[in-house]
Amino acid sequence: MSRFVIPLVAFAILVGFLFVGLGLNPREVPSPLVDKPAPAIQLAQLHAPEKSFTLADMKGRVWLLNVWASWCVSCRDEHPFLMELAKENTIPIVGLNYKDKRDDAVKWLAQFGNPYRLSIVDADGRTGINFGVYGVPETFVIDRDGVIRYKQIGPLSAEKWQQTILPLVKKLSA
Amino acid sequence: MIRVVLLALVLALTSIGVRAAEAPPAADDPVIEARLHRLSTELRCLVCQNETLADSRADLANDLRREIRDMMKAGRSDREITEFLVARYGDFVLYRPPVKSTTLFLWGGPFALFATGAAVWFVLLKRRQRRAPDAPLTPEEQRLAESLLDTDHGRNRS
Repeated sequence: MSRFVIPLVAFAILVGFLFVGLGLNPREVPSPLVDKPAPAIQLAQLHAPEKSFTLADMKGRVWLLNVWASWCVSCRDEHPFLMELAKENTIPIVGLNYKDKRDDAVKWLAQFGNPYRLSIVDADGRTGINFGVYGVPETFVIDRDGVIRYKQIGPLSAEKWQQTILPLVKKLSA
Repeated sequence: MIRVVLLALVLALTSIGVRAAEAPPAADDPVIEARLHRLSTELRCLVCQNETLADSRADLANDLRREIRDMMKAGRSDREITEFLVARYGDFVLYRPPVKSTTLFLWGGPFALFATGAAVWFVLLKRRQRRAPDAPLTPEEQRLAESLLDTDHGRNRS
C-alpha cells in the first residue's frame, strides 16, 4: 500500500508548492529597506523648482511617498485611487516624480488631477535608486521618525489599502 | 571566388567593429569598464529579472551601471559596491546569494533532495535483495534443469 501512498503524497506536496508558486508575483521583491530609516532626500519641488524638500519637512507625520512618472502606464491606473485618497485627507501624499521631464509631469497632473501635497523631481533617478525603486509606481509608508514601514510595488488599489495599508497607517498614527 | 568571400567577410567584420565602437557612451577608462563588466555579470537586473546587469538594456540597468562606474571611479571596492546594491535591492540582485538562514533551503535543498533520493534507492535495493533469496534447487529440480540443458545442447549439435 505504502508503495502508492508515498509517491502520491510526494506528488501532492510538489503540486502544492507549484500552486503557491503560481500565485506569487516574481516582480514583488521584498525590500531590505522596510523598517530602516528612509534614505535622505534633497530634491527640488516640481511646481516650485526654487524650493527644495527633505525628509525633515515631514517629521512627526505618517506619510506616503508615491513614485510616479508621466511615462508610467500603471500610474494612470493607480491615479484615480490616489485622487480619492487625497480627497479623504487621511494621509499626506508626496509624489516622487521619477526620471521624468518637468513639463510632461506638470501637464500630466494638470490633465488628470494632482493628488499630491507636493511632488519632488528625481530627474536622474538617484534618489529612486537609494529607495530601491525598480518598477514605477511604488509607494512607501513612512512613519513619524522617518522610518520606512511598508513598500508597495505596483499600483495601489482600494482593496490593498483597506486590507493592509490603512490598518498599518492607523497603527502608526495612534 | 574565395578572394571575394574573404573580402566580404573582412568587410562585414570591420563594419561590426565600427558599429560596436559607436554604440555606448565612450568608455573612457578601459580598466574600469572591464571591472564594471565583470561585476555586473554577477548582478541581476531588477526590471528584466533573467538578465544580468551587464546584458540588460533597461533604463534602470543603465542608471545602475552609471552608479557603479561612478563608485569605481571614486575608488570603492567591488565588495562595497555590492553591499550598496544589496542594501537597496536585497540579496535578489546577487546571482550568487550568500548562505544564511533565509537562503539555507536554496543552497541545501538540492543536496537534501539528493540525499533523500540516495537513501530511498539504497533501501529499495536492500529490500529487493531480501525478497529474492537464492534458494538451492531440490535434487529433482536439478535433474530437470540438467535434462533441459542437455536437450538444448543435443539439439544444437544435431
